[in-house]
Amino acid sequence: MDALIEYSPSLLGGAWVTLKVALLSLVLAVASGLLGAACKLSNLLPLRLWTMLYTTIVRGVPDLVMMLLVFYGGQLLLNEVIDYFEWEFIEINPFVAGVLTIGFIFGAYFTETFRGAFLSVSAGQLEAGRAYGMTSWQVFLRIMFPQMLRYALPGIGNNWLVLLKSTAIVSMIGLSDMTSLADQAGRSTHQPFTFYLAVCVLYLAMTAVSGWFLGRLTTRYNVGVREANV
Amino acid sequence: MNHAATFDRISVGDPHNSIGLHEAPQDALNDVRSAVTQGTAMNHNANVEQVRVEDLHKSYGDNEVLKGVSLSANSGDVISIIGSSGSGKSTWLRCINFLENPTSGRVVVGGKEVGLTRNRKGDLVVADPKQLQLIRTRLSMVFQHFNLWSHMTVLENVIEAPIHVLGLPKAEALERAERYLERVGVWKFRDAYPAHMSGGQQQRVAIARALAMEPSVLLFDEPTSALDPELVGEVLKVMRSLAEEGRTMLVVTHEMGFAREVSNHVIFVHRGRVEEQGNPKEVLVRPQSERLQQFLSGNLK
Repeated sequence: MDALIEYSPSLLGGAWVTLKVALLSLVLAVASGLLGAACKLSNLLPLRLWTMLYTTIVRGVPDLVMMLLVFYGGQLLLNEVIDYFEWEFIEINPFVAGVLTIGFIFGAYFTETFRGAFLSVSAGQLEAGRAYGMTSWQVFLRIMFPQMLRYALPGIGNNWLVLLKSTAIVSMIGLSDMTSLADQAGRSTHQPFTFYLAVCVLYLAMTAVSGWFLGRLTTRYNVGVREANV
Repeated sequence: MNHAATFDRISVGDPHNSIGLHEAPQDALNDVRSAVTQGTAMNHNANVEQVRVEDLHKSYGDNEVLKGVSLSANSGDVISIIGSSGSGKSTWLRCINFLENPTSGRVVVGGKEVGLTRNRKGDLVVADPKQLQLIRTRLSMVFQHFNLWSHMTVLENVIEAPIHVLGLPKAEALERAERYLERVGVWKFRDAYPAHMSGGQQQRVAIARALAMEPSVLLFDEPTSALDPELVGEVLKVMRSLAEEGRTMLVVTHEMGFAREVSNHVIFVHRGRVEEQGNPKEVLVRPQSERLQQFLSGNLK
């Protein structure tokens, strides 16, 4: 217990790193997801093919492998480019690599979530928007988006929980997130169980808060939906 | 008042002009109302043409669903478009506000010809987005499946387009919403969401939403076809009262009673052509064409 108290500032610092990686990846993933969904639903074949390639590859490769590939493979590629142009050496920062990889991976999952949600919005209601003189942008913003979000929220919630937990793999590329710090503390104090348990509790706290927040969002965006009563 | 001339001046999307946009039709409506209350027909503007369609064609690939149809509606006209399913009558209505893009033809709204250009698929689209928006604010549509925005309350549904398309101040939009929701008898449901209402109530809200635009023409696309039989009456009653108020209405319908009793002109569409048209009391009672005779004998039990 003393060991835990002694290491707690460091562990909480790691939790903060985890949270930063997760939130920044989420922003990136949602952005790529919206873009991906827009491409998948577009009339242009090249865009559809490109996004299909993206989702198929990303969803078919383990996150950890992808992360190592981006971090080490990306560095090799970058070195080649740097040599070619005779620039100064640039090192891939594990934080940036982690955020980019997780954002890129989960962008593929969000693409599917958003695509399904966009397709669930009633075509008639969008048509009513057009028929009343709204511009395409107004139809998107005032009718499509709020309703799409309602359909997407359960999927967003799921993706977010998986994403949050996936951040543990950034410890593999040397980022001091809470999993890697707990690992180090556990080794040096010979109390791995205590520290991994602490990490579990911290992750659970984060997911519990997320669950509460998602519940509020769901209520907010489910107005007007008739709920089944038993 | 010359409605057509007013129409030419105004433009949607220009905030300096937006007052003109909602004042002009308001005046027209007030004219109509005062005429009604004085017990005289609103003959003084009955001859103002609100919408005209000429030789409209529409094809989906090789399938030509409209083969050159025309109509013209003056102020106060109530035109029923009847015909069997697949005759093209809904497509016709949807080509008037360009929810569908016709293959060829002309559309004149409020005395002004709609400028058209061809898109890549070869269909006609409105060249100027501002004119398209203007047309759509002047022709309000009521849909078969209501198409109320399900994430908004009744009140929000009705004030949405007046605020965000016409640019009305919220207070004025709310005033309109109250007036028209009262008018169709659903003001008490103003804070309800569409999913919690019956089909008849939803369709009346949809009518209030259309009225709140204070349009020059109301387009009804089979407004009672999705309703349970016992709910049809309440919607037809509202539509009849709107007709009696002197509103200009184009109604695609299967309700022969409505066509006969309420409209002053009926158009029978068969396989993309106007087979027969005229005064409903004549056309529906003594149909000339064999097709219409068949259609009516199938309809009137």
